[in-house]
Amino acid sequence: MTQSADPSSETASPYPQFPMRRGCPFGEPDEYAELRAKEPVSRASLKVNGKPTWLVTRHQDVKQVLGDPRASSNLKRPGYPHQFHISEEMLAHVRLMLLSMDPPDHTAQRRMLIPEFTARRVKEMRPRIQEIVDERIDAMLAAEGPVDLVTALALPVPSLTICELLGVPYEDHARFETWSAAMMNHDLSPEEYGAAVQALDTYLDELVTLKESEPGDDLISRFLEKNRAEQVADHVDVVTMARMMLVGGHETTANMIALGVLALLEHPDHLAELRADPALLPNAIEELLRVFSISDSGTARVAVEDIEVGGVTIRAGEGILALNNAADHDETVFPDPGTLDFHRREARSHLAFGYGIHQCMGANLARAELEIVYGTLLRRVPGLRLAVPAEELRFKDDAMVYGVYELPVTW
Amino acid sequence: MRVTTDRDRCVGSGQCAMLSPDVFDQDDDGLVLVLQERPDAELLEDVHRAADLCPSRTIQVTG
Repeated sequence: MTQSADPSSETASPYPQFPMRRGCPFGEPDEYAELRAKEPVSRASLKVNGKPTWLVTRHQDVKQVLGDPRASSNLKRPGYPHQFHISEEMLAHVRLMLLSMDPPDHTAQRRMLIPEFTARRVKEMRPRIQEIVDERIDAMLAAEGPVDLVTALALPVPSLTICELLGVPYEDHARFETWSAAMMNHDLSPEEYGAAVQALDTYLDELVTLKESEPGDDLISRFLEKNRAEQVADHVDVVTMARMMLVGGHETTANMIALGVLALLEHPDHLAELRADPALLPNAIEELLRVFSISDSGTARVAVEDIEVGGVTIRAGEGILALNNAADHDETVFPDPGTLDFHRREARSHLAFGYGIHQCMGANLARAELEIVYGTLLRRVPGLRLAVPAEELRFKDDAMVYGVYELPVTW
Repeated sequence: MRVTTDRDRCVGSGQCAMLSPDVFDQDDDGLVLVLQERPDAELLEDVHRAADLCPSRTIQVTG
């Protein structure tokens, strides 16, 4: 096939294509700096379907869009900038996850979940996270190196943590990890991917049904209990919520663990600095979150009214990608943004967890996991090093969440 | 300095409670609680930071 009848096909678009590729794993796509300087609110064409979207690249503008109630997260609205192939029929039937809801539905469901992720609750989870990390590192050290740090540590730690929080039984842990690993695999066909999602949904459907009659001491049971009084969600909503928590709760953290370890191994001076002063770790984590901003385009919106941003009018019905990786390399907020600086005072102003009412609910949990993983690795595996040349690593350039597929290490 | 919040806007990110725990906490629902409405001057920087980083612009600092 050499011709396409679709007038919106990508070759017909006068706009640059999105997503754009990161030139270096520790930075942003080269185009972003130019966009921020010359055309901070600009048009692009979505690679997946050739449709146009707005790209917002300055820190201030990204915050403005994500804080604006006129920018809807509802992926069913016409003009929403989809980044996956999704048919009209599927779209009509898909149940909205919390991250795709607008108020007041969003407010009602989010408020039921907020108590699970308070600063105090996360603090209470820390000893158990430490145990999980220690067990995984024990297993890693008992094996002969090299090992793949992604499968040995980066994936199982957040996976086990979220599993226990949600109340996914420990004996089912292996099944859950297989499906979620499959769902992360970019090389799978749409059918294989769909089968993994279906398997996970069927599993969660049964789990939620079980918890409806036999509640446990876990997030899903507490959600069901509250829901009996407030009637915010039906059964399918609860399954959808559980899937979002499971997948969203570990894929992001897993990628961040592996990328952060890679960044430390590739920056020995920074690593030495952290060893000398472990109190630097929390700010170092903010800086690593900033530099990678792994879910760059996870903040898609569609304007429900005309919105003025950075001197440009985005019309009602037009799609917007408020790019947090671009925002997090905005030199007016983060001087010399390409340089990893663990002492950077403004590091925490990054938007890697998003901003506004949809900001990642698990941000404080993710921070705790990263701190415990990096801190424990520094202490217990001082000889950690890459087992292959860094140039051989494969990065998730086209995935919704950036990461590294494998990270072979030894010690 | 006076700290006020609009709890209807709060999305429970907990950043304020982590950044400035002497001034902010979260209640059983996870929503913001102001512990000191007129905090001491030495807490000013942290309080401003908490207000600036609040994702739902729930915190106002005046005076």
